[in-house]
Amino acid sequence: MQGLLIYLIIFGTIGGAFGGAAVLVWFERRLLGVWQDRLGPNRVGPLGIGLAFADILKLFAKEDWIPPFADKFVFVFAPTAIVMAMLLGFAVVPYAPGIYVVDLNIALLFFLGMTSLAVYSVLLGGLASNNKYALLGGLRSAAQMVSYEVFMGLSLMGVVMLTGSFSLVDIVNHQAEEGWFIFTQFFGFVVFMIAGIAESHRLPFDLPEAEHELVAGFHTEYSGMKFGMFMVGEYLGLILISSMLATIFMGGWLGPDFLPPIFWFALKTFGFICFFILLRAAVPRPRYDQLMTFGWQYLLPLTLINLLVTGAVVLWL
Amino acid sequence: MKHILTSIWSQVVTLYLVLQHTFTKTDTVQYPEEMPYLAPRYRGRIVLTRDPDGEERCVACNLCAVVCPVDCIALQKAETEDGRWYPEFFRINFSRCIMCGMCEEACPTYAIQLTPDFEMCEYDRQNMVYEKEHLLISGEGKYPGYSFYNVAGKSIKNKDKGEARNESAPVDVRSLLP
Repeated sequence: MQGLLIYLIIFGTIGGAFGGAAVLVWFERRLLGVWQDRLGPNRVGPLGIGLAFADILKLFAKEDWIPPFADKFVFVFAPTAIVMAMLLGFAVVPYAPGIYVVDLNIALLFFLGMTSLAVYSVLLGGLASNNKYALLGGLRSAAQMVSYEVFMGLSLMGVVMLTGSFSLVDIVNHQAEEGWFIFTQFFGFVVFMIAGIAESHRLPFDLPEAEHELVAGFHTEYSGMKFGMFMVGEYLGLILISSMLATIFMGGWLGPDFLPPIFWFALKTFGFICFFILLRAAVPRPRYDQLMTFGWQYLLPLTLINLLVTGAVVLWL
Repeated sequence: MKHILTSIWSQVVTLYLVLQHTFTKTDTVQYPEEMPYLAPRYRGRIVLTRDPDGEERCVACNLCAVVCPVDCIALQKAETEDGRWYPEFFRINFSRCIMCGMCEEACPTYAIQLTPDFEMCEYDRQNMVYEKEHLLISGEGKYPGYSFYNVAGKSIKNKDKGEARNESAPVDVRSLLP
């Protein structure tokens, strides 16, 4: 690929991801408002979109405070880890034919590895804060993430079996011939989506930061832009999971010809983001033991059966 | 198995019902530009009303001050040469007032009334203390045509006992003796 274009794509990805995360902070609140029969933030700028920048300005202007009882180095490092891991995850997302940062032949494994690294951020943040609520939040997130990591990886194996490749570009190209994987791998899709929500600790599974029980969970002691980094990391994770769902199960950039491929990709990703916000508006948070039972008793067998059937189909049909 | 399926179905129904709210009208209004409708009996800023003759209705009976759960009403009784009672001062501390409306219920003369107005913020707490001249309005409020002294059995100048509206002449209790 030409030198200039790749830089353009890299900076486009970083800018798009950060810009998207910033706008999502506003968009989510606006959409929640719509679903709760109120208006939501609509004062700053047209439709209230200026709120995204006002929020960033506020976070930057806040005092950068590190609690004296915290483990300083780890405390500062933890919020950067989640942003780095999530941004690296974007490297393998193919936006359109030819428009991607890198087409790794192990793209899926790389993505899974990066989302796993994000766990460290939450874990270290909870540990370094030296606060019982933060510690409990970190503890919960560790157990939750390790559990849901398992089905997240396994649910994608059916797709990999059918495609015969870990490369996301190959997966999309395979869907162009065989139809979207949401139809052939429906249970894989469902499990991956639930595990994805749990990985990015979005609302039905936000037990690490359950504010009714744990104040704010792992980021109780964080303020200013260090809290902002956790926030941005969470929204980056949301965008990443949505774009992954769109790429792996909904055919990525594939769509009718009257619109450019990148638009179809953006549209599908946007649809998933809206669906995640709807989940936040509608579904209550489960109890912690229910979360674990749900994962190990229902999702794991479902994934394994899905894997078995897919394997049998690939082998004998 | 049935339990699992019903749980999943209930989640789907929940999502659908919440999604339907995309098309419902908002319950809230854009407040400073668009005022919400407040019912006439809304319990807001407290006023003192006048009777149809333009006199103060308040007779300084102190019932409002007694019933007030936060003790935000203070007043002192005085008497005119006619024999009419009136408050020498009447003070409501709105930084304490909880707009419960008990004073309005307790008032025997419909003098103290709550109005549908809540925009009474101040930067200085002292400005929340309203004196009688701030509280008195020139109208009759929610009960037009009512004048306490015209119907009450209290004797004042130009109106003795038994001369009030719907009041029969006083009974000479001694005449009832056998």
